[in-house]
Amino acid sequence: MSDFAGAPTAPRLRVLAAMSGGVDSAVAAARAAEAGHDVTGVHLALSSNPQSFRTGARGCCTIEDSRDARRAADVIGIPFYVWDLAERFREDVIDDFVAEYAAGRTPNPCLRCNEKIKFAALLDKAIALGFDAVCTGHYARIVDLPGGGRELHRAVDGAKDQSYVLGVLDAAQLAHSLFPLGDTTKDEIRLEAERRGLAVAKKPDSHDICFIADGDTQGFLAKHLGTATGDIVDADGTKLGEHEGAYGFTIGQRKGLRIGRPAADGKPRYVLDISPVTNTVTVGPAEGLDVLALTAVKPRWCGEPAAGEGRYTAQLRAHGEEVPVTAELDGEVLRVRLDTPARGIAPGQAVVLYDGTRVVGSATIATTERRTVAV
Amino acid sequence: MPYLDHAATTPMLPEAVAAMTAHLGVVGNASSLHAAGRRARRVVEESRESLAESLGARPSEIVLTAGGTESDNLAVKGLYWARRDADPARRRILCSPVEHHAVLDAVHWLSEHEGAEVDYLPVDAHGRVHADALREAVLRNPADVALITVMWANNEVGTLQPVLELSAVAREFDIPMHADAVQALGQVPVSFADSGLTALTVTGHKIGGPYGIGALLLARNATPVPLLHGGGQERDVRSGTLDVPAAAGFAAAAALAVERRTDFAGTVGALRDGLVAAVTAAVPDAVLNGDPDPGGRLPANAHFSFPGCEGDALLMLLDARGVECSTGSACSAGVPQPSHVLLAMGADPLLARASLRFSLGHTSTRGDVDALADAITPAVERARNAGLATARR
Repeated sequence: MSDFAGAPTAPRLRVLAAMSGGVDSAVAAARAAEAGHDVTGVHLALSSNPQSFRTGARGCCTIEDSRDARRAADVIGIPFYVWDLAERFREDVIDDFVAEYAAGRTPNPCLRCNEKIKFAALLDKAIALGFDAVCTGHYARIVDLPGGGRELHRAVDGAKDQSYVLGVLDAAQLAHSLFPLGDTTKDEIRLEAERRGLAVAKKPDSHDICFIADGDTQGFLAKHLGTATGDIVDADGTKLGEHEGAYGFTIGQRKGLRIGRPAADGKPRYVLDISPVTNTVTVGPAEGLDVLALTAVKPRWCGEPAAGEGRYTAQLRAHGEEVPVTAELDGEVLRVRLDTPARGIAPGQAVVLYDGTRVVGSATIATTERRTVAV
Repeated sequence: MPYLDHAATTPMLPEAVAAMTAHLGVVGNASSLHAAGRRARRVVEESRESLAESLGARPSEIVLTAGGTESDNLAVKGLYWARRDADPARRRILCSPVEHHAVLDAVHWLSEHEGAEVDYLPVDAHGRVHADALREAVLRNPADVALITVMWANNEVGTLQPVLELSAVAREFDIPMHADAVQALGQVPVSFADSGLTALTVTGHKIGGPYGIGALLLARNATPVPLLHGGGQERDVRSGTLDVPAAAGFAAAAALAVERRTDFAGTVGALRDGLVAAVTAAVPDAVLNGDPDPGGRLPANAHFSFPGCEGDALLMLLDARGVECSTGSACSAGVPQPSHVLLAMGADPLLARASLRFSLGHTSTRGDVDALADAITPAVERARNAGLATARR
């Protein structure tokens, strides 16, 4: 393979392929190897006490997943190792997840994992060990600019696009990233896995949060944060019911409010606000969710920070619709005004700005300005 | 390819391959009564007699098993159950903390599920149990000890245990003692008759024999409760159709391992000394674990800690350069844990994770050692950088 190093089209890189045991990362590793790169597969052990088998579609670091990743590496013909990043994952992702909920925000742990683990702890270790890049099965595209530099773009498969959870990557991280699946649809990836003889071709997609194996986020939070009875009130402060912990709610949530009486107008009520200080959950009509503007903190830019006021589209939650916005950086705070109101926007989630398919930057939503209820 | 992981498994000897393959295509269950069965039985019994001769035992003391793990489990659990059933007061197991997991986890299981109390015997900084420490542990109450189990040689750091001194204490108090000699056989003299032990574990694939067969050498008066019930093929303590080809291959390998032991220890011991010198010269702050006296450790074993490195990163970097070795510690789900052996020896957990085992064997050459000597310096440098890069910022 050494003669490949002189190939004119693409330089041969030493690539570390993060392999979860799923179909996407397996095909990504296979594509990187086929492109002539020197690929080593690594499965990240993110749980210090892994379950033996997957239950349903959840979880990503059982022993079975580790074996699936190893088998895929065998078929591709690349070395394979398991790296223990459980401690870092607990500190940077799980503890952060719990702390964010405790503060009344709604975190996105996948985004945090990309920011702190896959493209930080893992990438740093990989670079130090002599690798040039980390390869993952994320659905997103990297575009190399003629004059150097890179852009991050949405994947061609809009339903699978994961650029939202990669928006936190800065230029240095992007420079060492490889996303071989961005130009292909998920259906085609499954067919390709089958063609390549990868046994994970028909493995179900993983959903939800990998470290909450039973999918019971409320139970997980209750275990970590305990229960504390508080009030459910309407916008006027009238008590409508009680709950067992404000962190158990998400802005825009409708189900499971356990309010005895229907609203006066008979319309459904939604969680409008969560106050961890007073342990109060405020509910109200759907219109109360309409967000007109927001501020976001800890901005990260894929390239140069946008100067002045700009027109973008914004994605405000995972799998959310894009909305046209005007955004401006004010010191370290990103101020975003929506052209039309949007619902279901929670502090703690990311706002990712796009210019067409290109990711411009990402920031963490801090406050929202509502139409009918200021909270 | 510099293969420096013979303690994990070593290539089969051509003679063992020949002995085994001679029987693979021939029909016959050694328990059958017809001519084919008698032929198979003859192969098994001749293998047993050969093994007995190689191991300083009587043929009736050889219980064939599926390998080291089964032998250890049969000895530890079987003897515990038998001794406890004969006298319910006997619940104490005296065990070294540096045992292989096949012993350690069996002992732990007995304490979790069968009412055993475990006394872990103290070890020194080389991982060695001393006879006076064993005596002291026994004397706390000689009547309640079910069994003693201490390995002949440690699989990670290669430290030899004073088995004869320990078994003398055991015999003085009439307590059965088991030793796992999986790593010792073929490297140091192992005679069951001279050992004074009640039970001794050996296995095929560590000495140039096949995988999947081992033996528990068992004193004739010892009757452990079986793990596997069935046809009672092996002295009624082990059931299962006898593996005729594997028995023949195992016996052939054991005979050669014992016959060649002195030469092996001399040749491989010199290579090992060269390896230790080369690694120490290349990485001056590398720490040799285990007994620094070559007479106190397995001749084929070298085990180092490389401060500032992660063992798994080092292993990968050496693997990429074609040098195959081991972190020497057990993996659960492939996740490396700091070695319980090093921790028991008093090592710092970080340093324990910075460790690699290099183990030599009958195919090792000076070229293997030279390849390691060339590869270790850049690998350690890089692994140290990685250790710094992944430290909390």
